[in-house]
Amino acid sequence: MSTVVTQQIVGPGALKRLSPRFWLARQTQLAIFWGPLFIASIVLALIVNVSAGYLLPVVIVLLAAVAWLVERGRYRSWGYAEREDDLIVTRGLMFRHVSVVPYGRMQFIDVTAGPIDRAFGLATVQLHTAAAATDARIPGLVRPDADALRDRLALVGEAKATGL
Amino acid sequence: MSVMPPPVAAGVPMEVGENWRRLHPLSPVVRFGRVLIGVIVVAVPSIAEQPGFHREGSLPISVIIYIGLLVLGGIGGVISWLVTRWRIADGNLQIETGFIRRQSLRIPLARIQAVDVISPLLGRFLGLAEVRVVSAGRGAEHGRLAYLTAAQAPVVRARLLALAHGLEVGTPEPVALPLLHVQNGLLLPALLMRSQVLGPILIAVAAVAAIAAAPVVGAGALGSAVTVLVISGLGVARAFNEDFDFTISEAGDGVRLDRGLLQRRHETIPYGRIQAVRVVEPFFWRAFGWARLEVDVARQSVSREADRDAQQVARTLIPVASRDQALWLLARVMPDAHPNPPPDAGPPSRARLKAPLSFHFLAAWFGQRYVYARTGRLQKSTIIVPLVKVQSVRLKSGPLQRSFHVATVDVDTAGRRWQASARCRDQDEALEMVRHISERARLSRRVPPPLPASPAPVPAAG
Repeated sequence: MSTVVTQQIVGPGALKRLSPRFWLARQTQLAIFWGPLFIASIVLALIVNVSAGYLLPVVIVLLAAVAWLVERGRYRSWGYAEREDDLIVTRGLMFRHVSVVPYGRMQFIDVTAGPIDRAFGLATVQLHTAAAATDARIPGLVRPDADALRDRLALVGEAKATGL
Repeated sequence: MSVMPPPVAAGVPMEVGENWRRLHPLSPVVRFGRVLIGVIVVAVPSIAEQPGFHREGSLPISVIIYIGLLVLGGIGGVISWLVTRWRIADGNLQIETGFIRRQSLRIPLARIQAVDVISPLLGRFLGLAEVRVVSAGRGAEHGRLAYLTAAQAPVVRARLLALAHGLEVGTPEPVALPLLHVQNGLLLPALLMRSQVLGPILIAVAAVAAIAAAPVVGAGALGSAVTVLVISGLGVARAFNEDFDFTISEAGDGVRLDRGLLQRRHETIPYGRIQAVRVVEPFFWRAFGWARLEVDVARQSVSREADRDAQQVARTLIPVASRDQALWLLARVMPDAHPNPPPDAGPPSRARLKAPLSFHFLAAWFGQRYVYARTGRLQKSTIIVPLVKVQSVRLKSGPLQRSFHVATVDVDTAGRRWQASARCRDQDEALEMVRHISERARLSRRVPPPLPASPAPVPAAG
């Protein structure tokens, strides 16, 4: 629904997606978490000589597959659109959010990058308004894109700024 | 702000100007008074229980420790008074304080949201009052001038307000026109009639009746009801103390609230700073046609220790009034706001399954200038947000909501207490709401909001 809904607001094709590198970064994260768990479960199944021991790695693999599917859904749900007066951010697989943040309301913009993000040359752009509830965050942008977006937002934000 | 105050003639007693000055010499006494009472409350029972207390000739160690603490506290208070000074200059309210760690605080006058005068009980005996500056950037804790003389405080306040509005320094405070006064005889029953008090009372009565039939169950229910009753009784006492002798008046720059039994507060809520208003009608109040009005003002990045105090500042616009009066007052602070939903404001009937307990009150609609959202299970509460104040709009839908084809639209403001939340709207309608609200908010930001109209007569109570 999320994509369809957002396209009804922004018009088809206007919604920008995250970089495929972000999906790579997420998969790396998944591998870092589930890989050792999988190896440990095999070792455990070999040490503990129970007849149903082989089930443990299978369960781990199934769980990892579910996590992979959820992450993929999440990755696909992200999207953003820069309109004339506001920014639209959509996210969420189970709980879907579509946020509309007017440029004039921006207080400041954050660009952050964690270790994995940095390894993949990615960054997160976050908009802050005076409302604590505003959650306009765009992760997984390629670093130059993130900086360009930040500069564009800062520019229009300044031009359209309104007080509290 | 480049308003330079003219030089102040030396020796004018009431003048507050750009020269550094100290707070009133009795300030440590008032500040220390609270600590003293606290220590006495803690210390006296623990000392009296000690076996060695009645022995002649020597003081027990604990007493010496407590006295030592008090003396240290007193010295600390005096030093803190000695090193604290303040002035109004260069478009700032400047406060310097701190003995070991010097702190220099500058509050730009242009960012002042409100200036409150607060007189605690002890301060009232000594003729002292505190001036508290609420600015957009920080919590109420920082811009405090505690304490000035009761005569000086309003002068400082008038001056700060005049400078904050870019007026001449000598401009007197705008004349406040009284709007409504809450009779204490109405406040007390209204507070008692709130469901968190009346509920336990009814349970207690039912429990007394049940004791005859089933003694064990009845006694247990009575016990827990009494416990809840004591807690809520304390809450009522506090609310009564805070909202005692409540008067709301209107000045050119905003509404003024004067309230308090032991501690008198004189607060200002500037019109432009109101982020949202909430009309609350508790369950038992509806039989009497009473309502309460609450406001939310912008206050961001409030530090944790200041949080409790900041929440106490200007949260109630009127603690209790007849519905007509409340709506009249609402029209004063938010012109043309009509909190009665149009017929199609309710959610689709299939949402009854999603929100069975609050479905009867759920409603959301918007006009040219305001967004309205009504929620509540027993207590009916309507949040009204001016479109000019909308910070962001958000559409949310969880898996359960999607199975009912409904979604929630959140309208965020810079206030800290609520957001207008249009729950369980039809999916397509929610989409339209997001589109229209953000569009209208965008348009309304371009047109400055009109000033409130001249006052209409107060409707009679009842």
